[in-house]
Amino acid sequence: MGVAAAGGYGAWTWLRSRPAEAGVEWPLRGVLRGNQKVAEAYFSDGHRSPEFSLSQVSANARKNGDVGLGEDFDPKDWTLNVQDSANAEPHQVTLAQIRELPRVEQITQLNCIEGWTIIVRWAGARFSDFTAKYAPQSRDARYVAMQTPDQAYFVGLDMASALHPQTLLCYEMNGADLNGDHGAPLRLVIPVKYGVKNIKRIGKITYTNDRPEDYWANEGYDWYAGL
Amino acid sequence: MPHLEEKHPLAIRWFHWISFPLLSLMIWSGLLIYWANDIYRVGWGDTTLVHFFPDWFYMRLNMPQRLAEGMALHFFFMWLFVANGVLYVLYLAFSGEWRKILPERRSLRDAVQVTLCDLHLRKEAPPQGLYNGAQRIAYTGVIVMAIGSVVTGLAIYKPAQLYWLAGLLGGYEMARWEHFWLMMGFVGFFVIHIAQVIRAGWDNFRSMVAGYSLVKEREVPLESRK
Repeated sequence: MGVAAAGGYGAWTWLRSRPAEAGVEWPLRGVLRGNQKVAEAYFSDGHRSPEFSLSQVSANARKNGDVGLGEDFDPKDWTLNVQDSANAEPHQVTLAQIRELPRVEQITQLNCIEGWTIIVRWAGARFSDFTAKYAPQSRDARYVAMQTPDQAYFVGLDMASALHPQTLLCYEMNGADLNGDHGAPLRLVIPVKYGVKNIKRIGKITYTNDRPEDYWANEGYDWYAGL
Repeated sequence: MPHLEEKHPLAIRWFHWISFPLLSLMIWSGLLIYWANDIYRVGWGDTTLVHFFPDWFYMRLNMPQRLAEGMALHFFFMWLFVANGVLYVLYLAFSGEWRKILPERRSLRDAVQVTLCDLHLRKEAPPQGLYNGAQRIAYTGVIVMAIGSVVTGLAIYKPAQLYWLAGLLGGYEMARWEHFWLMMGFVGFFVIHIAQVIRAGWDNFRSMVAGYSLVKEREVPLESRK
């Protein structure tokens, strides 16, 4: 028993002294990746985040996080840059073109990684519809990267989560056009991920086969962050 | 002549001493996560009797600003926690050891009497074998609580993919609340268990390490094992 106790203590000391990989000891990072594999194996478009009724919408839509939402920005000058997985040159998509896609309204819970939630009525275009229309040759890419126009905030997504039917490029929130605090003119709503992946003020979307960097994953959080 | 008598089989002792640090790690890493949204309390309306937890508690245990680390640890040790728990339950089932800890018909009454006796409100404790009624209820209870922790934990870990599970538990917010109070239940178990171990003395403690208990000739020997 003494040997076992020493062994346990030794294992713990070993674990906590491993070099960090993106802010967390590499064995922990490895298990987070393993957990992702398990989650991906079970993932299905049919598994949907619960939807709520209008009366359940949170009275106070909490604003959290403003990285990438600097003052030096005019939504009127905005267009979305789209980088296909094959083509070298990005092309532009306007808000009007995104509004032409079928409008989807959904009342879902936004789960902050801190542990609180809000229920919000969102409206926008399905990311899968957007991809089919404006980046059809990229459907088979493994990942999607999104970043703010100033590149200060950026997220990486696995393609299955990005194409989930509840994943929206969102331009309306609680019955009004998206405001600046919540990422006007266009933000991501992805209820199968923690709030950190719901990037506001999207400037560029890149389809890629290389796992993209992610702002919070660089700070020690799980890259996948799937719910 | 006093002699040594086997009290706890080796497997039980291993499970015991693996469970203790694993559960402690799950509670500690869970608290690192909980800190980021520490909303639970005992109170009503605007009146709060106890807030979980006061600032001095987090400061004392160096808990603030460690959410990412807490999550990485929690989602690492969850595998060992579950594996150990599954093996323990399988061992209990196949070895017959479950007979020693599963509450019996008289366990509840015994537990009340044992508790009254421990509180010095009653002179004599009811006769018992290896474990008394209160112990049987507690040792089976923690297994049920551990299963509850895994189920509520899964619901708050994947509330979208496991929407049906979160739904059964009353939604994400309810499942998080349930997960928290199960943790508090484990803390309560720790407090009482450790106090009782101290009260029971060295021979009892050593038996969970070495497996043997010192039995004096005059005493009634421990319930014979099958």
